[in-house]
Amino acid sequence: MSSLHDIAVVGAYEHPTRFAPNRTAYQIAAESARGALEDAGLTMADVDGYATSGVGPMGVLSMCHHLNLQPDWVDSTSIGGSSFVAQVANAGAAIQAGLCSTVLITYGSTAASDRFAVGTGGGMSGDPTDAFVLPYGPTIVGAYGLVAQRHMHEFGTTAEQLAEVAVTMRHHASLNPRAKYRNRITVEDVLASRLVSSPLHLLDCCLISDGGGALVVTSVERARDLRQKPVVVLGSGQAVRHSGVGRRDILDIAARQSGARAFAQAGLSPADIDFCMIYDSFTITVLATLENLGFCAMGEGGPFVEDGGIGLGGRLPLNLDGGGLSSNHPGMRGIFLVIEAVRQLRHAAGDRQVAGARTALCHGTGGWLGVMQSGATLILREG
Amino acid sequence: MADRPLPRIDEESRGYWEAARRHELLLQRCRACGAFCHHPRAVCPECLSSDIDWVVSPGRGEIYTFTVTYQNQSPGFSGRVPYVLAYVLLEEGIQILTNIVDVVPEEVRIGQAVEVCFEDLSEEISIPTFRVI
Repeated sequence: MSSLHDIAVVGAYEHPTRFAPNRTAYQIAAESARGALEDAGLTMADVDGYATSGVGPMGVLSMCHHLNLQPDWVDSTSIGGSSFVAQVANAGAAIQAGLCSTVLITYGSTAASDRFAVGTGGGMSGDPTDAFVLPYGPTIVGAYGLVAQRHMHEFGTTAEQLAEVAVTMRHHASLNPRAKYRNRITVEDVLASRLVSSPLHLLDCCLISDGGGALVVTSVERARDLRQKPVVVLGSGQAVRHSGVGRRDILDIAARQSGARAFAQAGLSPADIDFCMIYDSFTITVLATLENLGFCAMGEGGPFVEDGGIGLGGRLPLNLDGGGLSSNHPGMRGIFLVIEAVRQLRHAAGDRQVAGARTALCHGTGGWLGVMQSGATLILREG
Repeated sequence: MADRPLPRIDEESRGYWEAARRHELLLQRCRACGAFCHHPRAVCPECLSSDIDWVVSPGRGEIYTFTVTYQNQSPGFSGRVPYVLAYVLLEEGIQILTNIVDVVPEEVRIGQAVEVCFEDLSEEISIPTFRVI
């Protein structure tokens, strides 16, 4: 299997804002572009490829207009919050194919100041499946609740084990000065928070914030002349899951397929990974993803996260920034998975640094886990 | 209920919704390969045949998974909470997303036997829901 080993992330920037009523989403994206290019030691004149998502059907054109970019390659992959993880690989493939040489990826959102009900709203589009879903009142939280309930039924997973994920993310957030919620919580706090859609409590759910970020991707060869030590892309994979013709195992998620491809491409196995950045839209997302990526057997996700297993210093440190559960979640969190992985692989993560971190796995889940979802996996290594 | 999102009927789904109005649950079955299919499609996704039949389902099955929704700000649902969203596994082997109705939400369990009933949302639209038997 061919690989992306000669592709690197050379610039990364996370916008510090968590609530930005006086900024537009486009502004947050532009400020993030500035940050990532400065980080890389590049300018807009170096950018000949551009990717974004979450800005509407032709929003990539509006964003190009806003940034006054006329790139040779654009990508507006729209598969939910995992889009930006997928776009790192897409950018690498485009560079390898000679379509462009340096790709800027941006994200900006004002979900919180717009008071956008990310998790508990809904609306009918023209999609054929909507007619068979929306009249029943699904919410995003509910779609993940369907998965959590089945996981508990098949494997005996407990609410306490799910809560452990939220508690660990909050611990990591307490070490991140920019995280939205930094006060420590306990398993009891999670269980005492109100049920939003059973079995998921409020503190099993990601927060809603404003925010954004940007990445710069180029060839390893080009990266040698740049400001930062490159972070090399070892492997990647993308996948989708849905209910097909009406038969599926709801616990078999896209991560199984995208992860297998990423590991094969990297020539690595889960044992080679020093830490993970896993989209934690909800606590169940982390358990299901760990199992489907092969970090533990199916059904073993609950025990795996107990006893500090995914905490800093644990078996597999996970989401060191505090994740979507505690740091930031403007609706599509995938870009932050890669940004924090880059920070960790540069050994620049301060109090939350994973000692000796060399190899990372990022996995983004997009869409609604129990209804229709995407998965995008990246395996990264310090260059 | 006012403001509840109504299914948008199109040429691929019209037969399903017309039957639902008569309080019949229809599944598609491909005449070429025999596969059941839900939601309805004009082209069988298993074999790409256009020779698709409708069959009446007795509407019996069991709860595959569910969630009790306590919060939904959307029009038509904010006043309905708590309600039960579920996948029912029909005897035909097809899972269908639905609501479990006429039940105390906290008493719903995976594996419970259910049968179809219908909720009339408008003059033209009824949707299949299920109750515990």
